[in-house]
Amino acid sequence: MNLFASESEVLAPLMSGWFLEHAWLIPVVPAIAFALIILVGKRLPMKGSELGVLSMFSSLVLAAGAGYQWIQRTNSATEEQFVEPVIKSWSWWQSGGFNFGIGQHIDGLSVLVLIVVAFISTLVQIYSLEYLRGDRRYTHFFAALTLFSGGMLTMVLADNMILFLLGWEIMGLCSFMLIGHWWEDDANSKAALKAFFTVRTGDAGLLVGITMLYFSANDWTQEHLGVSGFSIRGISAWALSGEPNSTVITIAAVALFIACIGKSGQFPLHTWLPDAMAGPTPVSSLLHSSTMVVAGVYLVARLYPVFFVGLDILGSGGNLIMVIGAITIVISAALAFVQNDIKRVLAYSTVSQLGYMMLGLGAGAWMPAVFHIFTHAFFKACLFLGAGSISHSASHHSFDMKRDMGGLRKVMPITFVTWIISTLALCGVFPFSGFFSKDEIIDNVGHNGYTNFMIIGLIGAFMTAAYMTRATYLTFFGEPRGASAGQMVHDSHDLHDTHATHDTHATHVADDSHDSGEAHGPHESGLLITVPLMILSVLALGSGFLNATPFGESWERMKLWVEPRHSEFAPELHHAPFMWSKASLSLVIVFAGIAVSWLISSRLFTKRDPRLVGLTQRVKLLGLGHKFLVNKYYLDALYEKVIVRSIAYPIASAAYWFNQNILDGILHGLANSTRKLSGWVYKNIDQRVVDGTVNNSATFTKSVGTAAQPTQSGKVSQYGALLFSAAAVAALVLVIINT
Amino acid sequence: MFVNQFLFLAAILFCIGVYGVIARKNAVLMLMAIELILNSVNINLLTFALRNGSTDGHVFALYIIAVAAAEVGVGLGLVLLVYRNKKTISLDDLSEMRG
Repeated sequence: MNLFASESEVLAPLMSGWFLEHAWLIPVVPAIAFALIILVGKRLPMKGSELGVLSMFSSLVLAAGAGYQWIQRTNSATEEQFVEPVIKSWSWWQSGGFNFGIGQHIDGLSVLVLIVVAFISTLVQIYSLEYLRGDRRYTHFFAALTLFSGGMLTMVLADNMILFLLGWEIMGLCSFMLIGHWWEDDANSKAALKAFFTVRTGDAGLLVGITMLYFSANDWTQEHLGVSGFSIRGISAWALSGEPNSTVITIAAVALFIACIGKSGQFPLHTWLPDAMAGPTPVSSLLHSSTMVVAGVYLVARLYPVFFVGLDILGSGGNLIMVIGAITIVISAALAFVQNDIKRVLAYSTVSQLGYMMLGLGAGAWMPAVFHIFTHAFFKACLFLGAGSISHSASHHSFDMKRDMGGLRKVMPITFVTWIISTLALCGVFPFSGFFSKDEIIDNVGHNGYTNFMIIGLIGAFMTAAYMTRATYLTFFGEPRGASAGQMVHDSHDLHDTHATHDTHATHVADDSHDSGEAHGPHESGLLITVPLMILSVLALGSGFLNATPFGESWERMKLWVEPRHSEFAPELHHAPFMWSKASLSLVIVFAGIAVSWLISSRLFTKRDPRLVGLTQRVKLLGLGHKFLVNKYYLDALYEKVIVRSIAYPIASAAYWFNQNILDGILHGLANSTRKLSGWVYKNIDQRVVDGTVNNSATFTKSVGTAAQPTQSGKVSQYGALLFSAAAVAALVLVIINT
Repeated sequence: MFVNQFLFLAAILFCIGVYGVIARKNAVLMLMAIELILNSVNINLLTFALRNGSTDGHVFALYIIAVAAAEVGVGLGLVLLVYRNKKTISLDDLSEMRG
């Protein structure tokens, strides 16, 4: 079965353990919990939410156990030895010679993502206990949330592409349900549909890619490894074997990457991500930190050999992944500057960070990109939950920074501190976690010879620092405005943007009950909200030290545990040596971004400097740029007005024209000639020849009909009985003739 | 391969279906009986497909499932309209078509 069976005898035996062998239980637990919540959730004391939290916690324990044993396994291997993944595979169903498996593929990457997903899901569920208290679809929310995490976990540990696709699609479905959780509002159901269809557009690529890989790899994998062409392990080895036709593997890699563009919100299909903010905040947090959007990046990291060979990663001049990643970084960071909704700023920031991950993967910086998935999950989840905390307790369910926030650092100290830590991590300030991952990506991109892309990465870092400072300033500094200042007079339905509106009416009942004793002004959130925030901010601060390249080789634990060593399953990658000179350059850029943005923000928003206020109205060029950004580069308009219309409308009008001119013309012509013909026929044939015959046969038929009348009882059952007896007689005759 | 068992199952289902079509007075139940007949045919097709190792039977079965879904849609729509007009779905009361 194994090509290198003889070789592995020489190498050290690898350790394994119960948790590694039974890692497939991790997604099974949430799946069972989902079924239970749907069936009996409403009758339970906490309306089914306890099942959700419990299942995610058990998954976390299982994943942590698997992580611990994986570390032992890597430690038991020698320095250069490829650590074999723990693979289990069962036959799921077969049809016409195709065998579809189900199983687990546990290696460093999948263990890492499993732990992150289970961890963030647990915290988000705990947070939702408070945030969605009293919601009218509380039970269904927890059911969907649990299934959503289950889908991601399934996808992460899938050993073959069919199971991978299953998890991928479960997530697509659940994201639709969760984004449209408050579907009574038209905007929400539209956002849910948009998310679903945009991702669907990319999914076509996934199907094409999987099918192409299967049919081109199957023979090779069956012969050399004894696994089907769906197996991730088989595909990886096949891609690196030098066997595949370069055109085929390139097209397959591009098709798979289109799926990643859709799922991970890369340019030009990023438009669904900001709209997905219509869902409840915990959903945004889960969607944008560890699940859903990471799926695309995960697919690239998982099938890295295919992309490595197919798109010529490490080749000169860059490739599709890098170009898309770089474009995404800059354009989404630019969009974040013109948003007033705090969640939309974070959404564009997520898109931009995903661009970094793609850029890293495209440039051969596999490890930094995967590490960025890890650190980004913590600080982005913390930022989203922080935004939720503000809207829940301070700004009366509004997410509008300009109208309803400001000066919140005094009333919400915990939220403020966690927010600042996560923001610094996102900007990549030393020693917060983002520094160790993002700077590594930028550094490695430059090291692998892509200087232009490194510069784009640095520009992105500057913009990240600037827009996050703007958001922080608007939210926590300056004078309180609107709801944060305690002004409750305005009717939120009229004044707020749509997102604030549905948050309001969904949680309004709950608010009245738990806030009845105190003033309705801004205050710090409860423990169920602040404790997850604190845990996440500690990780946003500390998780970077797991792969702290500045401190030397002995600190690079994550690289040791996660990165597959060069073998027939993994391409050989190099790492840039860490240099403080390069790192300090990017740190200077980040601090410059913070400083510039701070100066402009304080002058513009607090001091109302007349030179800055209304600048976009006075300078035409700036105004045009601003309008261009506010309209999101007109991409939405392009998709809805141009593409959808250009396909749907011409078809309709062409069909109408065809109907009016061609079909009607033919019909009219036919009708006229038929009329003339029929006049002649009537006189000569009908009256004389036919009628005579007809009259005779009518008399005959009438007598027959009268005889057969009783069978036409009008009762369907009787007809059925006749039909089946006739069929039975016919069958009997057939049998007799054939024997 | 236990071909017989599958064929027996199919035959039994078919008979139950035929009985349902003939004996049931309720239109919805009759539609369900028709589904039974269709599915017994599906089982037959799949049995022979597996025995002969060809995909033809699978394709037919999938095709039948798709058509059956459409058929039930139309059938239930008819039943609904009949109910609206006559306030009954008993087949015995629907004998306007008698000769």
